[in-house]
Amino acid sequence: MAIYKSRRRRSAFYLGLCYVAVAIGLGWLAIILATLLFEGFRNFSLTVFTQMTPPPGAEGGLLNAITGSLIMTTLGVAIGTPLGMLAGTYMAEYGRYSKLTFFVRFINDILLSAPSIVIGLFVYEVMVVRMGHFSALAGAAALAVIVVPVVVRTTEDMLLLVPDTLREAARALGLPRSIVIGKVAYRAARAGLVTGVILAIARISGETAPLLFTALNNQFFSTNLNAPMSSLPAVIFQFALSPYKEWQHLAWTGALLITLAVLALSITARALQTQRPAK
Amino acid sequence: MNDVSNLPPSHEVESAAKAPAGIPDRGLAPAVNSVAKIRLDTISNLDQKVSIRNLNFYYGDQLALKNVSLPLCAKKVTAFIGPSGCGKSALLRVLNRMYDLYPKQRAEGEVLLDGVNILRPEQDLNLLRARVGMVFQKPTPFPMSIHDNIAFGLKLYEKLSRSELADRVEAALKRAALWDEVKEKLHASGLSLSGGQQQRLCIARTVALQPEVILLDEPCSALDPISTAKVEETIDELKENYTIAIVTHNMQQAARVSEHTAFMYLGELIEFGVTAQVFTSPEKKKTQNYITGRFG
Repeated sequence: MAIYKSRRRRSAFYLGLCYVAVAIGLGWLAIILATLLFEGFRNFSLTVFTQMTPPPGAEGGLLNAITGSLIMTTLGVAIGTPLGMLAGTYMAEYGRYSKLTFFVRFINDILLSAPSIVIGLFVYEVMVVRMGHFSALAGAAALAVIVVPVVVRTTEDMLLLVPDTLREAARALGLPRSIVIGKVAYRAARAGLVTGVILAIARISGETAPLLFTALNNQFFSTNLNAPMSSLPAVIFQFALSPYKEWQHLAWTGALLITLAVLALSITARALQTQRPAK
Repeated sequence: MNDVSNLPPSHEVESAAKAPAGIPDRGLAPAVNSVAKIRLDTISNLDQKVSIRNLNFYYGDQLALKNVSLPLCAKKVTAFIGPSGCGKSALLRVLNRMYDLYPKQRAEGEVLLDGVNILRPEQDLNLLRARVGMVFQKPTPFPMSIHDNIAFGLKLYEKLSRSELADRVEAALKRAALWDEVKEKLHASGLSLSGGQQQRLCIARTVALQPEVILLDEPCSALDPISTAKVEETIDELKENYTIAIVTHNMQQAARVSEHTAFMYLGELIEFGVTAQVFTSPEKKKTQNYITGRFG
């Protein structure tokens, strides 16, 4: 009985520690989100979506930054997703036993955790320096470099989750490999593959460092891919550090917009993942 | 079952236990050796759809099949029995070259399908697999509708109009004794069916391509007795048109559905013959021990 009691005390003690840890983790998150919501909505108005970023001391909006972020994120995902999907497909379907796959997986894991500022510098050297100017294209390329490893990883993982018996069954019908992958394996892994892309979008929509070196910023509205382009993270970076009240307010609003967008994407991804039918 | 075949073997399955003397072959063969002789004669008179000759099969360095030779007779069911790991499934996977999907597996010897060696390197595997269909142990419906599960393979091989396609899907589902259960919901997901229905869907999918040989790898091991009975009925109907090889752990099932039985042990073919004879008067001690449950 004494042993049982001391076990219960130990259990209560460690459980208590767990609760404290959770409270600290969630507490900070709650404070951050609450501040963000409060500051973001306090100065929120629809002019955010209709006006350009203002000069110091004036009222304005974030239209050019929102547009720029949308353009570069879309472009980055459009470039990075096919590359990542193809590489992941090779690793899971064709080269499952090859040394190349092992090697690529290793490199990919490094790339996955590479600081994004390094990726920004890399694209700066490779594209911005050669082209002679900052451009939205370079920004999109930097984002694509971040997208690729995320998509490679999820594509490979999700395809490996598709049971081999399903592939065998399809091959046993005399279906060629390409069709088995395209029509059976992809379909069985669809929810996971989409989740991977959504997570990649969520990841790059908040990236600042790679854009500072590539797309720079632009206080005017621009859809020219060959010219500097504004983006929400870059604007937040610039405005939040400024001494001007109006700029600081806009930075909060921009941060709120990004957070809400990422939140929506994450919820979508989670919903898709739980929807996945049992294997 | 009996009206399907005009040859004695299938008849024997039911009557052998009670009245072995009533069967002509048996009556002429009082001694064990001559029984063996006659049973092989009976089989060698039949049309051989597939002949396996001196087949060795390797998983890496490990020899899984040792010099196996036997025929699969046209429009007959051949059952493969034996304890786990004896090479039954390996043998089946040689017949449609499924093992080719894995780099370390290889086969030596000859497997003749209509006289052509399918182990030769230039064999087109997709065409081979369209001729030699396979149903697996676990039901594996594709993640698509019931209709598409069957239409998917068909569309790849034949150019069919929508109505022809519908006809072929219906015919295949009827063949697999599934039509009545799914005709109202052809566009529901194949995954929504019960295990037994899924397995019959897989059979329908295989049959739809009109293969010549059908390989069944323990098709009922994941099914309840009622579904098993349905699958067995399906097999019974299929053998009118197809040459069938079935791997099973269920001895009664082998006795019920097959004309010929091969008993394998540790990668070797121990005994092969007419099912009724293998089950009632096996030639080898090992076979007898296995069938009577004394080892395995």
